[in-house]
Amino acid sequence: MSIIEVKNLTKIFGKNTKQALKLLDNGHSKEEILKQTGSTVGVNRANFSVEEGEIFVIMGLSGSGKSTLVRLINRLIEPTGGNIYINGEDLAKMNKQELREVRRKKLSMVFQKFGLFPHRTVLENAAFGLEIQKVEKQEREEKAKKALELVGLGGYLDQKPGQLSGGMQQRVGLARALTNDPSVLLMDEAFSALDPLIRKEMQDELIHLQSKMKKTILFITHDLDEALRLGDRIALMRDGNIVQIGTPEEILVNPANDYVEKFVEDVDKSKIFTAQHIMKRPETIQIEKHGPRVALERMREEGISSILVTDKNRQLQGYVTAEAASQAVKSQNGDLKEIIKTDIPQVDKDTALQDIFSVIYDSQTPVAVVEEGKLLGIIVRGAVIAALAGEGEVENNV
Amino acid sequence: MFNMMSIVPKIPVAEGVTDFVGWLTDTFSFLFDPIKVHFGNLMDFITESVLMNIPPLIFILLVAVIAFFLTGKKLGLAAFSIVGLWFIHNQGYWEEMMNTLTLVIVASLLSVIIGVPIGILMSKSKITETIFTPILDFMQTMPAFVYLIPAVAFFGIGMVPGVIASLIFATPPTIRFTNLGIRQVSGELVEAADAFGSTGAQKLFKVELPMARPTIMAGINQTVMLSLSMVVIASMIGAPGLGSEVLSALQRSQVGPGFVSGVGIVILAIVIDRMTQNLSKEKKANG
Ligand SMILES: Nc1ncnc2c1ncn2[C@@H]1O[C@H](COP(=O)(O)OP(=O)(O)O)[C@@H](O)[C@H]1O
Ligand SMILES: [Mg+2]
Repeated sequence: MSIIEVKNLTKIFGKNTKQALKLLDNGHSKEEILKQTGSTVGVNRANFSVEEGEIFVIMGLSGSGKSTLVRLINRLIEPTGGNIYINGEDLAKMNKQELREVRRKKLSMVFQKFGLFPHRTVLENAAFGLEIQKVEKQEREEKAKKALELVGLGGYLDQKPGQLSGGMQQRVGLARALTNDPSVLLMDEAFSALDPLIRKEMQDELIHLQSKMKKTILFITHDLDEALRLGDRIALMRDGNIVQIGTPEEILVNPANDYVEKFVEDVDKSKIFTAQHIMKRPETIQIEKHGPRVALERMREEGISSILVTDKNRQLQGYVTAEAASQAVKSQNGDLKEIIKTDIPQVDKDTALQDIFSVIYDSQTPVAVVEEGKLLGIIVRGAVIAALAGEGEVENNV
Repeated sequence: MFNMMSIVPKIPVAEGVTDFVGWLTDTFSFLFDPIKVHFGNLMDFITESVLMNIPPLIFILLVAVIAFFLTGKKLGLAAFSIVGLWFIHNQGYWEEMMNTLTLVIVASLLSVIIGVPIGILMSKSKITETIFTPILDFMQTMPAFVYLIPAVAFFGIGMVPGVIASLIFATPPTIRFTNLGIRQVSGELVEAADAFGSTGAQKLFKVELPMARPTIMAGINQTVMLSLSMVVIASMIGAPGLGSEVLSALQRSQVGPGFVSGVGIVILAIVIDRMTQNLSKEKKANG
């Protein structure tokens, strides 16, 4: 069972929510609805589920409804419609008391501007969640201390948040969320206020912590690089709608529409794209049943000067050139094995584009893409350059 | 023209109010009278049995020590308190000052006790805010001595109506600043409190009030100063103290004594103002 499941979750800010809902159903845009009713569509019928232990990233431009969506999930914002199931229980139907219990035990939040209490020490901040639950002072401070040590702030217990740097403050924010030992962390642009270097560091730290703790994390960001680094899956939002949900791969390779494509355009493709994204279907012959004659015939048909050779299990054996094949035919030598060459460069299917580039640059032949020796495809020099330039269509035609 | 202006005979507003207040006084005398008696006794007790029982020298030193610590261990205010209070004693206005002080303390305390909760209510509900804002505006724009009239009507003359009038006049800043201070607490902090499952009371006492504290204290400082000014005006309805000395000097055209008691009020005002101002800053300096 998914730990979070959201069904048709909708938020409309303003008075005419009924009318706005009707317009939404009739397919009117956010802009039209604002004009006609004065109400703003914050989130429009969001549907997704988050699995236990997953980092689920919600990404979108500013104003796309990310903060609203994450606040609907712990009901800091009351939904206009829809359901939020946490472990199968519908938050939208809970009374205040039940809601408080869920917030205390299951959901913790980390804020963009840290949301730390300036009048409390680091330790008191971290212990806040348990203090609210009336856990005894000694016990809650012990747990808070552990959480602070986990994020590397064991030595700052008695400082006030104002005395710490931004990165350290957000560690306190993270520790405060972890002290409760919740199953879900809600992080709204938690690293957006930090400078790039600190930000990278925090991302690494989060990944590291996550490998130890196996929390479920709902991470909001407007930054694609961050989303790609952190997300097991990414949901893309636009104007209150979720326009695509998928793994980082899927989003990059098969953008669902122009909007997603635009978003994805700026990513440094040499780091993101791998061999399997730009490889082509290879022309092959089989070593067990084909001879030089077939090889020559196939090369002539396709207009190529060399052809790859595999065995019947598609294990790559090497290649033969047209020249060698035609000589073998002339000299009546029927065996492929005599003329096969094996100096073809091979890369794994997950090799990054930038690494393929250096391989293919020095090579006379195309590069073979293999997985455990099995031939998957072939990369020609032109494809790499096209992908780096960002214009060649990236297709998966294997 | 004249005819048009006098088509409507004079509307008996004044008579109506007189009757209404008279009716209120009669009807609620069971309420007003005990307040008048007990409250009056309480204040007499504070002045005569508490404040006047402290030897002036001790009192002055006590004030100086408190001033010293409140201002962050600086000597300025402490020295001023010593000289100023000694001067008041020297001029023979000690008891009058104590009377004024009693009125200010009691009136301010009541203002805070009433004002802070109202301010909290206002900050929590748009409706309460909409209801109270014009009332507060009205309370503050009326000339101060207007409040003396109903106070006298209900409570006669003396200290009690002085306190009541001061209460009406001086409470608004505490209410306003409490409301403002709570509304100014950053949205993220309020969200943080909610997100961790705080009850309304936990949010108020653990986050909102501590965060709003400097603002509320600034409001209380204003309230105390307004109380002081009102207490002086209240001498017109027989509230004893430095104000009544000024008043009687004025009535008899005695420039000298009028000046001296006026200076006494100023000294008292400065000491009280600086002390309450520093009360709001004190926490910040420490941490
Ligand atoms: N309290 C609110 N009242 C009215 N409109 C709001 C409110 N909060 C957000 N919105 C609107 O909802 C939309 C989504 O906002 P938000 O969720 O904050 O976006 P994001 O976090 O992606 O930047 C925006 O158009 C914003 O103006
Ligand atoms: Mg946001």
